[in-house]
Amino acid sequence: MRIAVLMKSVPDLVEDIALDEDSGQVLFDEMTYVPSEWDDQALEEALLIKEESGAEVTAVTVDTGDSDNILFTALAKGADHAVKLVGDYDPSLTNRRRAQIFADYLRDQAFDLVLSGVQAIDDIDGQVPGLVAGIMGWPHASVVTEVHSKDKGVVLRQEYAGGLVAEIEASTPLVIGIQAARKPPRYASIAKVRQVAKTQQIEEVEAESPDVPTLAVRRFYKPVASGHAEMIDGDVEEVASRIIEILQERNLLRR
Amino acid sequence: MGPILMVMENGEAGFTDSSKELVAKARELADTLGTSSVAVGFGPDAESHLRHLPVDRGIAVSNPELSQYNPLAYEKALSKILEDNQPFLTLIPNTTMGMDLGAGVAARRSLPLVAYCSELTVEGRDVVATSQVFAGKLMAEIALPESGAVITVVPGAWSIDTGSGDPEVSVTSVEISQAMNILQTIEPEKGDVDITKADILISVGRGIESPDNLPMAEELAEAIGGVVSCSRPVVDAGWLPKARQVGKSGQTVKPKLYMAFGISGAPEHQQGMRDADLIIAVNTDENASIMDIAHYGTTVDMLELMPALTERLRGE
Ligand SMILES: Cc1cc2nc3c(=O)[nH]c(=O)nc-3n(C[C@H](O)[C@H](O)[C@H](O)COP(=O)(O)OP(=O)(O)OC[C@H]3O[C@@H](n4cnc5c(N)ncnc54)[C@H](O)[C@@H]3O)c2cc1C
Ligand SMILES: Nc1ncnc2c1ncn2[C@@H]1O[C@H](COP(=O)(O)O)[C@@H](O)[C@H]1O
Repeated sequence: MRIAVLMKSVPDLVEDIALDEDSGQVLFDEMTYVPSEWDDQALEEALLIKEESGAEVTAVTVDTGDSDNILFTALAKGADHAVKLVGDYDPSLTNRRRAQIFADYLRDQAFDLVLSGVQAIDDIDGQVPGLVAGIMGWPHASVVTEVHSKDKGVVLRQEYAGGLVAEIEASTPLVIGIQAARKPPRYASIAKVRQVAKTQQIEEVEAESPDVPTLAVRRFYKPVASGHAEMIDGDVEEVASRIIEILQERNLLRR
Repeated sequence: MGPILMVMENGEAGFTDSSKELVAKARELADTLGTSSVAVGFGPDAESHLRHLPVDRGIAVSNPELSQYNPLAYEKALSKILEDNQPFLTLIPNTTMGMDLGAGVAARRSLPLVAYCSELTVEGRDVVATSQVFAGKLMAEIALPESGAVITVVPGAWSIDTGSGDPEVSVTSVEISQAMNILQTIEPEKGDVDITKADILISVGRGIESPDNLPMAEELAEAIGGVVSCSRPVVDAGWLPKARQVGKSGQTVKPKLYMAFGISGAPEHQQGMRDADLIIAVNTDENASIMDIAHYGTTVDMLELMPALTERLRGE
């Protein structure tokens, strides 16, 4: 079985999103990027399939400037190959165009399974697996938590509201959007990643910028919350006392 | 202009609330824009359910297997319906079905996709969509192209239309491929406690950092007479059972007190807890989205605050 894992990085949500409030534009160049957590889950599930029943795993990114670390980390974790789709791209690349670039590459390759994170949080259409599958005309299933290879295809678990799960049997080729791997993603030490960067190669493939259906975002803005929490200031002891007071006022304490 | 189409999702009893929430908005848009509203349903009961919806027209894909979502068959059927009806907008709830089907069908039909949509309004000649991006930290305002779009709508965005109608319903079916079969449906495991019944929830997120810190939350819960619940990453890490998870893919809770410790407040989490009577959020990031819906917030370290609260509760 040949598995491709589509990966990307997204702005680190621990920091503020760089927004120019006057123009309503997101300043993509001014943010720190981290690997999209769901792509990491997708890589983990691919590696688990490899360990369980044998597979060749290829990590694939579109080069928006910071792919090397993601790819070397994937190799350090056990991916067999790393592919970087290169062109004139930067972090503002839309997911739709990214999906098309992935699809144009995948179409000519003989992958059986394509895995990617259930969503990327940095766009209005972060559901990359469905987009890639739709473009290629492949079947797909997203919000998946477990994939096992079976006969000529896979058995997977698709998760619904409330934690209800459907077990689905599907033949390949297939695109799967991973919500969570069976196990928490493994860790690759920085030393290991560095070592891999010295000894293993990233394959570069030229990728043209395709035409895709686009949307005109008029502006991005911070949500105007209907309310905001009343902030309790002070040190831990002061805050604890105030919270106890609030709970007492509302009769939420047993005594 | 093509119709406003909506895809209804099946629940335990008829269409789900999140799909019924689409109906009034679709009709309002259709009226304002001078077009019609069309609802699509799946499975053998869809025809009868559609007959009572206050929409202009219904389309039932009646294969018995399709009372349950099947990604491949639904997409094949919906692609055909879009091809035949050329809707201006296709609305789908932003559930598992919507996140899967919406993207696939948009790409198949070369239409743009707007996910996590929370509002649709008509402004002059434009239809404007609002979408949650960056896990709800920003909103995007999008003027939709005349050529149309597929839109997945966050559950709870609009209220349910309680009216009824008498639309004409056409019945079709789709050839079901053996390339994808549903083998079985598995109910979530019932946990040792039912977090939906608890009055007080001490809810922990990724800020808990390690399972070694969980006893802190357990002790606080015990001291206050509550139960420990959590966000999704805590379950995915294997630190707490699935039955403790609050949110879109977990439980919906409405306790008297919800204390969110180290939870950022992603839309998927909020979906499960925003109706709690009192929300107190503890998060070192004062800009975390949870602060927008919490009644009280504090930016002290949760790992210090939990024991401090426990001590006070025990000491009284
Ligand atoms: C289809 C789908 C379904 C989903 N369903 C759910 C669901 O049901 N429930 C759910 O919760 N999520 C769900 N998610 C995931 C959701 O998108 C978020 O990823 C998740 O809610 C984030 O969890 P978190 O807030 O614990 O972690 P993070 O977003 O990482 O937030 C951790 C927070 O802790 C704070 N923090 C860190 N250290 C401390 C400290 N010492 N003291 C105080 N604060 C601290 C940080 O500032 C940060 O805000 C779903 C996602 C998808 C795509
Ligand atoms: N609009 C469509 N939506 C989904 N799948 C489609 C569509 N058109 C063709 N297919 C493909 O149809 C195949 C199944 O064909 P069949 O066995 O003839 O029903 C699957 O592999 C799909 O990829």
